[in-house]
Amino acid sequence: MSVTGIGAPVRRKEDFRFITGAGRYTADIGLPGQVHLHFLRSTHAHARITRIQAGHASRMPGVLAILTGADIAADKLGPLVCGWMIHSTDGSPMKMAPHPTLPIDTVRYVGEPVVAVIAERPDQARDAAEAVVIDYEELPAVVDPATAQRDGAPQIHEIAPRNAIFHWQLGDAAAVDAAFKQAASVTSLDIVNNRLVPNAIEPRAAIAEYDPGTESYTLWNTSQNPHVARLVLSAFVGVAPEHRLRVVAPDVGGGFGSKIFIYAEEVVTLVAARRVHRPVRWIADRSEAFVADAHGRDHVTKAEMALDRDGKILGLRVKTIANLGAYMSTFSSSIPTYLYATLLSGQYAIPAIHCAVDAVYTNTVPVDAYRGAGRPEATYVVERLMEVSARRLGIDPAELRRRNFITSFPHQTPVIMSYDCGNYAASLDKALALADYAGFGARKRESEARGKLRGIGLSAYIEACGIAPSQAVGSLGAGVGLWESAEVRVNPTGSVEVLTGSHSHGQGHETTFAQLVSGRLGIPIESISIVHGDTDKVQFGMGTYGSRSGAVGMSAIVKALDKVEAKAKKVAAHLLEAAETDIVFENGKFTVAGTDKSATFGEVALNAYLAHKFVGADLEPGLKEGAFYDPVNFTFPAGCHVCEVEIDPETGRVTVARFTAVDDFGVVINPMIVEGQVHGGIAQGIGQALMEQVVYDEGGQLVTGSYNDYVMPRAADFPLLAVDTTVTPCPGNPLGIKGCGEAGAIAAPAAVMNAVTDALGTEDVPMPANQLTVWTVLQRAARQQAAE
Amino acid sequence: MPAVSMTVNGKAVRAEVDSRTLLVQFLRETLRLTGTHVGCDTSQCGACVVHVDGVAVKSCAMLAVQAEGAEVLTIEGVATGEALHPMQEAFRQNHGLQCGYCTPGMIMTALDIVRRKGHELDDQTIREELEGNLCRCTGYHNIVKSIAAGARAMASGDPALKAAE
Repeated sequence: MSVTGIGAPVRRKEDFRFITGAGRYTADIGLPGQVHLHFLRSTHAHARITRIQAGHASRMPGVLAILTGADIAADKLGPLVCGWMIHSTDGSPMKMAPHPTLPIDTVRYVGEPVVAVIAERPDQARDAAEAVVIDYEELPAVVDPATAQRDGAPQIHEIAPRNAIFHWQLGDAAAVDAAFKQAASVTSLDIVNNRLVPNAIEPRAAIAEYDPGTESYTLWNTSQNPHVARLVLSAFVGVAPEHRLRVVAPDVGGGFGSKIFIYAEEVVTLVAARRVHRPVRWIADRSEAFVADAHGRDHVTKAEMALDRDGKILGLRVKTIANLGAYMSTFSSSIPTYLYATLLSGQYAIPAIHCAVDAVYTNTVPVDAYRGAGRPEATYVVERLMEVSARRLGIDPAELRRRNFITSFPHQTPVIMSYDCGNYAASLDKALALADYAGFGARKRESEARGKLRGIGLSAYIEACGIAPSQAVGSLGAGVGLWESAEVRVNPTGSVEVLTGSHSHGQGHETTFAQLVSGRLGIPIESISIVHGDTDKVQFGMGTYGSRSGAVGMSAIVKALDKVEAKAKKVAAHLLEAAETDIVFENGKFTVAGTDKSATFGEVALNAYLAHKFVGADLEPGLKEGAFYDPVNFTFPAGCHVCEVEIDPETGRVTVARFTAVDDFGVVINPMIVEGQVHGGIAQGIGQALMEQVVYDEGGQLVTGSYNDYVMPRAADFPLLAVDTTVTPCPGNPLGIKGCGEAGAIAAPAAVMNAVTDALGTEDVPMPANQLTVWTVLQRAARQQAAE
Repeated sequence: MPAVSMTVNGKAVRAEVDSRTLLVQFLRETLRLTGTHVGCDTSQCGACVVHVDGVAVKSCAMLAVQAEGAEVLTIEGVATGEALHPMQEAFRQNHGLQCGYCTPGMIMTALDIVRRKGHELDDQTIREELEGNLCRCTGYHNIVKSIAAGARAMASGDPALKAAE
């Protein structure tokens, strides 16, 4: 292992600018003459717009334009779309209701943007927005997904009776019924996977500039995938032709899924830039982000597991209602289907699985991918069932899991996925050792001596990452291919620029990708730049989500490096006057085999551009190669997380006493960065389990609409996290990488809730298990005890 | 519009501002010091922390005119030329940042913790002192490590060595 190559904990190249305040996020960009856009948003969950009066506002100081749905319609712009087609069991396509950029006649959730005010200064735009009067005629609203399905529920879209988007299923229902008939025991659980707000600390922002001379646009925005944004804005919304729209995602302050999607605000900002012929800037307030960014999770599930006498799983039956909010966001349909039901086999050999999913509209913010996206929901179902089954059968939860582990690979599950590799016993064993599982009894007694309750819980999760084979996702309804691109440009001086379609918004690509190149070409990491996030520089790319940048993005770089090396060998052959087949490249040096004749990488780079020695002219000058990489399969990171909680029965306060994670991410490029990804994911997972919760009142008002009401995890909420890895290299890509970005958020909620329910001695504890929830559970138990 | 004068990162500045302009808006928009960030509108995230007369302040919770005559230090003024401050170096060495958005506020808060609590900071003290700073990327794990290491490095006056442990 070299000091900067694969496997080294290289300190990040990007850090210098961030720790000195020199980062350049979208809101930091100041263009000459820029003006400011402010959205006036719906105050109603469901209402008809009867009149918009903007006359007075439009004459206020600094106001340049006021845009409504009618203006967007006049521009003949298309609606926002969902890019993944799901068919219902009866073969009918999902009911994708029109999603206008700004509504013409009806608002469908609190916070839906209705009017855009553009003014010279931000305060002037705000002042004028307050002077715009919108008359509404209120309509009945529904926020609960189960209620939304009932006859007589308020209908949100004409196209979707009983608010049904699709009724979808996966697996063999008859085989599952047969399995349940054979069962010695059945475990049933009612599960709510709570709705969350992603809350990247950088709020979304956009700056749009229109150049009337070339009729072209530039959009700087907080995007995880600028090329996909450009494609959708061009091909579906129709803002501008693709070749006349440049999308730049500069430094982006976290995403967690929420910055994948193509939202109304970016469209309106682009439209405004053309109308006022000035750069237009929109920056979301945090409270605005609570209604402007897609939410995550929000499943209501009934799950049953059938087991035989020995604790072997015979079958799994899952029925889920997925709340997709008022409109279908960009990838919303894929989350509760192909990113959820396909992972319900967990790490276990389960012969029969059936999952039925009803997706429904409600008068709430649209729901889409949030860190883990479908896989945390699947893991929560499987791992809660495992823990509860173990407790009921009187088998140690670790032992029950072990009995059911898949042990030979490849393994075809009954729900599409074919796991390529793994060693689940290894990660379980390592996690149990690291967590001192054996010593839990003593710690529990020690807690009890202090009047506290203590519980322990496991979560042996699996995820499908590195999304994904284009052919596979295409057959499942995806509207895009999910490959990645790379271009390696070697400069005449031997420095290298790598252009990638992946996007870094905290993941450290500028370092890890450079490690790969440094190791391969034998050049210093300082001589390498990673270029990303600009559609004018990188030709195309699919962006970063689904823990795909390593497995897919870096594999594309490997392919491009292969081509660079092949070309460089030809150049070296001319330079060293030897046969190409005799050239050996090692440690940054080209050598003629069996001789002492050699050339450095820099010398070969220079000669590729000088081209003085290219006799015969069969070789083009230059050294620049590109590649597209499409994986053969998903990757399957897996591992085991162990949580230990202590609960104060007097107050209901849950403290995470210990948290251990052992993950198999395949080959690790930079262990320091990987650990950091795991820490962050666990924090979000613990946040879901113990703190975070979106609350709507019955009328559809968002009760948790700011950091005053929505509990964000803070430093004091966590213990030191014990993190380690096991390694089974992924056979599906050249580097053996599986991906690490989402594991913590996927695994942690089940581990925490298994620990909480263990401590409380009851399975009926909803997420988040905050102080009030736990105190209520304890009071209920006390009342029951008193009654008996 | 009222005029406001203050010293920012050692430089005297003077500008006319709307009286409702927040200190963070003045720093970001008027002075173009964009290292100080805005992450919320309820004074909770701490991305906007700067020092005013040596004390950590959320610059979103203070009007620019309230800083009249004050000495303001922002993240841009923490390093000495190319030489990083030991606390900055500690964040880099301990991977105390991912997306970097909360980082300036974290570093400014960290310096204030050291000022008030000294150079030997235990884990629990740091976690409690970070009550007013939110991070969504790191799970705080490496931020806590960074601050402990940075605090020690500040005492020794040897940034590179001490922060790297």
